[in-house]
Amino acid sequence: MGVTTVEVSVFRGDRTGGEMVTYPVPVREGMVVLDAVLWIQANMAPDLAVRWNCKAAKCGSCSAEIDGFPRLMCKSPVDEYGAALSVRPMRTFPVIRDLVTDVSWNYEVNRRIPPFTPSEADALDPEPWRMRQEDVDRVIEFRKCIECFLCQDVCHVLRDHDREDAFAGPRSMIRFAGLEMHPKDTLDRRPLLRGQAGVGMCNVTKCCTEVCPEHIHITDNAIIPLKERVADLYFDPLRWAARKLRGR
Amino acid sequence: MAGSAYDTVETDVLVIGAGGAGMRAAIAAAGSGARVLVLCKSLLGKAHTVMAEGGMAAALANVAHLDSWEAHFADTMKGGKLLNSWRMALIHAREAPERVLELERWGAVFDRTSSGLIHQRPFGAHTYPRLAHIGDRTGLELIRSLQDRLVHTGGVEVLMETTVASLLTREDRAVGALAYRRADGGLLVCSARAVLLATGGAGRIYRITSNSWECTGDGPALAYEIGAELQDCEMVQFHPTGMVWPPGVRGILVTEGVRGEGGVLRNKDGERFMERYDHERMELSSRDIVARAINAEVTAGRGTPHGGAYLDITHRSADYIRGKLPSMYEQFLKLAHVDITREPMEVAPTIHYFMGGVRVDAETGATSVPGLFAAGEVASGLHGANRLGGNSLSDLLVFGKRAGEAAAAFSSDHPEPAAADRVQVDLAIDLLQDPLTRPHGESPYRLQGELQDTCTRYAPIIRDEQGLREGLEKVLDLRERAERCGTGGPTGRAFNPGWHTAHDLRSMLVNAEALFRCALARKESRGAHARSDYPRQDPRLGQVNMVVRRSEGGMAVRAVESEPVPYDLTEIISQSFQKYTPEELS
Repeated sequence: MGVTTVEVSVFRGDRTGGEMVTYPVPVREGMVVLDAVLWIQANMAPDLAVRWNCKAAKCGSCSAEIDGFPRLMCKSPVDEYGAALSVRPMRTFPVIRDLVTDVSWNYEVNRRIPPFTPSEADALDPEPWRMRQEDVDRVIEFRKCIECFLCQDVCHVLRDHDREDAFAGPRSMIRFAGLEMHPKDTLDRRPLLRGQAGVGMCNVTKCCTEVCPEHIHITDNAIIPLKERVADLYFDPLRWAARKLRGR
Repeated sequence: MAGSAYDTVETDVLVIGAGGAGMRAAIAAAGSGARVLVLCKSLLGKAHTVMAEGGMAAALANVAHLDSWEAHFADTMKGGKLLNSWRMALIHAREAPERVLELERWGAVFDRTSSGLIHQRPFGAHTYPRLAHIGDRTGLELIRSLQDRLVHTGGVEVLMETTVASLLTREDRAVGALAYRRADGGLLVCSARAVLLATGGAGRIYRITSNSWECTGDGPALAYEIGAELQDCEMVQFHPTGMVWPPGVRGILVTEGVRGEGGVLRNKDGERFMERYDHERMELSSRDIVARAINAEVTAGRGTPHGGAYLDITHRSADYIRGKLPSMYEQFLKLAHVDITREPMEVAPTIHYFMGGVRVDAETGATSVPGLFAAGEVASGLHGANRLGGNSLSDLLVFGKRAGEAAAAFSSDHPEPAAADRVQVDLAIDLLQDPLTRPHGESPYRLQGELQDTCTRYAPIIRDEQGLREGLEKVLDLRERAERCGTGGPTGRAFNPGWHTAHDLRSMLVNAEALFRCALARKESRGAHARSDYPRQDPRLGQVNMVVRRSEGGMAVRAVESEPVPYDLTEIISQSFQKYTPEELS
């Protein structure tokens, strides 16, 4: 060990600007970055704004950029960083104050995704539903999402190109995949995926997969299959011809 | 500062809190035709429900075909040491299966049996495998399913990161609330025809807890302040298995699912000690018994190096463990550098759940204040002196729905506009903004820390008169200091956690005072409330609730007889339930 104090630099400011302020924090065994930030709050900067809830990597509230890398603060041991580390708010979202960002856009996008829709027969079936574990297993991965929005933060379509108007982001793709592949869902969301949600905007750099604390294979298991579904519908020549003939 | 500006909003049903109970209530109220406003302290979907791991208990009888509402009712009552409201236990056991199936129809995904039905896992003190689950993240599944349902329900508005500071009344009826937005510190006066509390528990009054920051007992405090009754506040559940090492993770929950999946507890000598405490049920005994057993082993010097017990699941295959307990695997690997497929976990009791809370009508969740309803952990009655694992998620659904419907009905029965008078609003605003006027007042973080140490030290697993008295004195002293506390420094309104903490402290202190006063009043040991000076159950206190109410002279506690369990239900409770059908045995 050897390190008894870690120098933690934290962004202090709001959307008009701010600065990095460094605080010396005494290190405790097993300390995570969130502990360090809360220690600063309780002892040195009582108004330091930070969003957190469970401190157990289950709620996805404490997302931040630690030494420039998007992570959950509660899941990032301080001893991985040596004698100094920096904590900044997620860059893709507007800063409210210090480490707290305005993530409301993600909720607006989610609201535009049509909800789970079973078939009429299933909806009216008085008997309990039966599903195979194998079919359930396909969507379990997507249902693990804790909405930390780190994938949205790191997605360069949103982060560098500010194309919130054209792409709903990796988190939304996970939501789409969880619905589209749900064994009992029957709604076809491909027109929305191709249009407003913009699945085509993703060019598969897999940055989102890399930062996912739940280890969801966002690109391989959600986005690429969704792209394929959209391609099947719109770019398959036979279907294209059929659509023309039916006049749709 | 009287006369501060505020925004106003008007609704039929105001729901405070957006965990499982709040969201289910909001959906139900909207379904009954009410306009609904939901206020929650955090972002939507982050409430403490998200941390529930093991599952939700419902007698679906998919795995054990002999399971029945009778058996679930009997388990719940026995687990609660008969202090439960039998009416709530009955409603819960009967309606839980329907609520779970309904959630599935809203898109929730559960693990399946080989015949394709919802799978059910065994859990402590449940006679049959009864917990519908998905791996070890059932709470997330519940909250996400409700969240998606909620945001697509018409007539519901959700304001996130908005904290309620006070409830407002008119002629002793709840008619709204004063709230502040965390982001900009702006004030909001909500007028409502009915108010529903779904604020969860008060785990943060302890140092070592599985609860998230927002579990500061706001609901009981808000209700108490306007004259509603609380009850059984001494009944605080220690979950037997929280993480103990390293110190940074102390208290984080280790799901009972580990024991449900076959995990065994051993002391430092390798002895499977539950043999001595509950020979029959062993590790799957009720939580109060397992928590006290671990505590006793540590006290007797047989604890692990960091003062806990070993929890070992390594006899299961690594694939099985990673499949059924994925987040536990991840949690220990990442935070404690322990691979639970190869090494035992170190665990010790952690504060987990408040069985006590706002006293409610069993059928409707109505409190003793007209127009005020409560559901979920904030309400008291279903769990008695000890909650069974898995019964809280089903509690949220069953009573969330009922309270939501009742609040909507109350609203339509009282169509006249209801609003608090300006004087009351101004007083509430002054109280909320007081800490902002004291940049040099005492730090709310320090007071909160002292309160946590006080509860941890003086209201532990095993309590006694002297400790409880000292604890109560300290709480009263803290209360006085809190009245003069500041924000710890800067007094800006925009996302200022120092200010938020000063406000939360008020709620926490009401909960702590009620805890100590009820614990002193209950001179026996029952369920989660164990006293070294009264080590036995007193049969005369079996049907007595400790009821808390605000009075002229401060907080008053009185013992109130509960409604006796009817004869036919008493028979069900004492019935012995056969575990297997003859076919299953052969």
